[in-house]
Amino acid sequence: MEISADLLVNALISGILLAGFYAAVSVGIGIAFGMLDVVNIAHPAFIVLGSYVAYMANQMVGADPIVTALVLSPAFFLLGLVLYRVYYYSFERRGQESLRGLAFFFGILFITEVALILTFGVDYRTVNTIYSETTWRAGFVDFPLRLVVPFVVSLAMTLGLHFYFSRTFFGRAVLAVAQDPLALQLMGINPRRVKELAFALSISTAGVAGAFLIVIQPVQPALGRVYIGLVFAITVLGGLGSIPGTMVGAAILGIAESFTATFFGPSWSPAVSFGLLLAALAFRPSGLLGR
Amino acid sequence: MKARWFALVVFAFAILLIAITTTTVKNEYFYTASYTVLQFVILATAWNILGGLTGYVNFGSAAFFSLGAYSSVVLYTLFKAPVPVGIVTGAVVAALVGLGAGYLTLRLRGVFFAIATLALSEVLYTFVVNWDFVGGARGAYIILPNEAAFGFHNNTQYLFALMVLMTAFSIVVARFIEISRLGRGLAAVRDDEIAAECSGVPTLRLKLVSTTVSGALMGMAGSTYPYFMQYVEPTSSFSLSISVNSIAMPLIGGMHSWAGPIIGAILLGTIQQLVQVTVSSAWNLLIVGVLLVLFVTLAPNGIMGWVDRWRARRKRS
Amino acid sequence: MTGPLLAATGVTKHFGGFYALEQVDFEVGAGERVGLIGPNGSGKSTLVNCITGTLRNDDGAILFEGRDLAGLRPHRRIRLGIARSFQIPRPFAAMTVLDNLRIPLLYAAHTHGGLWRTEDQAGDEAMDILGQFGLEAKAREMSGGLTQVDLRKLELARAMAARPKLLISDEAMAGLSSNEIDEILAILLGMKERGIAVVMIEHIMRAVMRFSERVAVLVAGRKIADGDPGEVMRNPEVERAYLGE
Repeated sequence: MEISADLLVNALISGILLAGFYAAVSVGIGIAFGMLDVVNIAHPAFIVLGSYVAYMANQMVGADPIVTALVLSPAFFLLGLVLYRVYYYSFERRGQESLRGLAFFFGILFITEVALILTFGVDYRTVNTIYSETTWRAGFVDFPLRLVVPFVVSLAMTLGLHFYFSRTFFGRAVLAVAQDPLALQLMGINPRRVKELAFALSISTAGVAGAFLIVIQPVQPALGRVYIGLVFAITVLGGLGSIPGTMVGAAILGIAESFTATFFGPSWSPAVSFGLLLAALAFRPSGLLGR
Repeated sequence: MKARWFALVVFAFAILLIAITTTTVKNEYFYTASYTVLQFVILATAWNILGGLTGYVNFGSAAFFSLGAYSSVVLYTLFKAPVPVGIVTGAVVAALVGLGAGYLTLRLRGVFFAIATLALSEVLYTFVVNWDFVGGARGAYIILPNEAAFGFHNNTQYLFALMVLMTAFSIVVARFIEISRLGRGLAAVRDDEIAAECSGVPTLRLKLVSTTVSGALMGMAGSTYPYFMQYVEPTSSFSLSISVNSIAMPLIGGMHSWAGPIIGAILLGTIQQLVQVTVSSAWNLLIVGVLLVLFVTLAPNGIMGWVDRWRARRKRS
Repeated sequence: MTGPLLAATGVTKHFGGFYALEQVDFEVGAGERVGLIGPNGSGKSTLVNCITGTLRNDDGAILFEGRDLAGLRPHRRIRLGIARSFQIPRPFAAMTVLDNLRIPLLYAAHTHGGLWRTEDQAGDEAMDILGQFGLEAKAREMSGGLTQVDLRKLELARAMAARPKLLISDEAMAGLSSNEIDEILAILLGMKERGIAVVMIEHIMRAVMRFSERVAVLVAGRKIADGDPGEVMRNPEVERAYLGE
């Protein structure tokens, strides 16, 4: 097969743009799982939920998804708070997180998917934005705006979160809470409250990421499941609890998937992410930049 | 000693069931519904060996189920393999995959194993969808010869009988494990893995045995599916609802005894059959999901848990 | 068998840049009663974890009965005869006290306690051991609900049930009352009759002094003294480590 230079470069560029988006998708898991040790496998379901909310807003008032997302992130934040409360009182406090917590989130994932099927059906939904059809060109390199805009906003969000967690007081409290909740308590900070807020933050990133998702590609309810592999592959590859690591993992996966789609066909993409996840778990579970 | 009686009773009951139904019941729907429920009994029982007994969650029951189903498809396409060959092969293939996946991930935390099982499901789904030999996304057909084997009236009854025997077998295996030395070791692993390891329990080895047996039984359950339905395609065989049901049924029935998965499977399976026929299959799935979440938060010990508490209260009074 | 039961030489363990153990030599003879003391964070538990295999030491060799333990997982080591109790008791909380002891009897004790045991044999032997520890009345109780001192006894009983040649008791007496300390001490002293060597890690000095035939001291990951208990305690470096500069 002829591997032409422009095909290669375009695959690379798409991969990088996709990677930015993937970072936004995964940063929420990086927070929930990496920093708080909450295995929220339902995270992708919330992303898809965010997509459908953006879809509805787009249908009803023609709103741009990303604007919708930023406006609605408080709602997702609230949802995250409620979810964490239930999780905390049912499982974490009793010390039974492992099996039952997993089953719980799996159930939430499933319920969300089915509820979306009941409401919207299984057809693909998409949005029309002013930039959906536009593509910038630089020589033979394409920069489709439907990838560029999410990329830019994703990057801003991810970097913003990285600085938030490493520089602000609350951010560092979150990093501390998993390591030494007692020390936090002695400082007069309620560890449960810290975790609660951080978890809520992770769910609101899911909502925002969902809005990007429907800009990039058409969405259907079962998409969440495909994204589970992606999200965990990125987080594990990059190293749990490290946002820069998440970005590295996202880059690897974005480029790998882009190349696979270009040269082997898009139906193989899920195998790439899950395959990389299995490989990462088997050989380097602490990730490339993990603690 | 008690274990041998148990096996005798279970198999006697199974044979009785087969004899009675095949001679008296002609209703096609009865057999289809019963087959489905029995299939879930096996899946729930198999899941519970790794889940309830050992403490490791498997999100990819559908993957092991499909390994069994598609092994049958491959063998049938290759040389028209009879059903028993499909059953054994399905079990072996699923067992090997379970062993392999376990070996790669069971040295890590339980969480990673769970995620890996989900990943396994999606990877295998992608492979099957892209594999033309087994029909890819369009699916594969299996037509059994008109003469049902072993003198059964028709193939439906033949496969139903096999299903009953396989269910009995799974229950006996689960019970044997539970009361054996292996079962005690698994209980220690579930309780506190580090303490178990430091008490001489070869935790990795036991976990691998658990994964392999669990996978084998799931593969066994899947192996007759294409024969019974005469058609199999990836979306339904890898359906998330299979994986969710495999978790919900033992959880709702009670994970700490062999009886829990059976109760959960019969209860939930029957509810689903009813809802599917009266309302719709999507609502049916929603109910399963909601029940799962409700039980895991409010009644984590399931129905058998209530039974145990009621028994304990009666003892005290 | 010539040579010591346990011979650890040059054991080193670091976590990133932090050295928990640095070139530690530690020996235990058959049936010996050794006290291992040192301030908090000096590496005592890390040493135990390296000996039992829960942690892998980065450097040094650990030999048990002349056999190199490198690469052996914990369950293999306990089958060879090294048992330990945990500082914070880790009972199998969902099991009865009796069943807690069945586990090591079924899984560890067969290699040098005789044959593989059946369920019933394990049960009988477990009751025996519980009797020695004064726990037989609680045999059918859930281990999760025991009192602190009973949990410590269960930890030691469980270690004993593995029929070890070396038992490492990790701060079994912490936080107990004076009477309770004496109970545990009596149990540990009784191990010698059974030919079991015991390493006692403790902060309670009167227990260490009564118990030990020999005392080793770890400070900041290094061994600074090892020998007769009286002499070791009079060692100025040891005094400094405990009382500060």
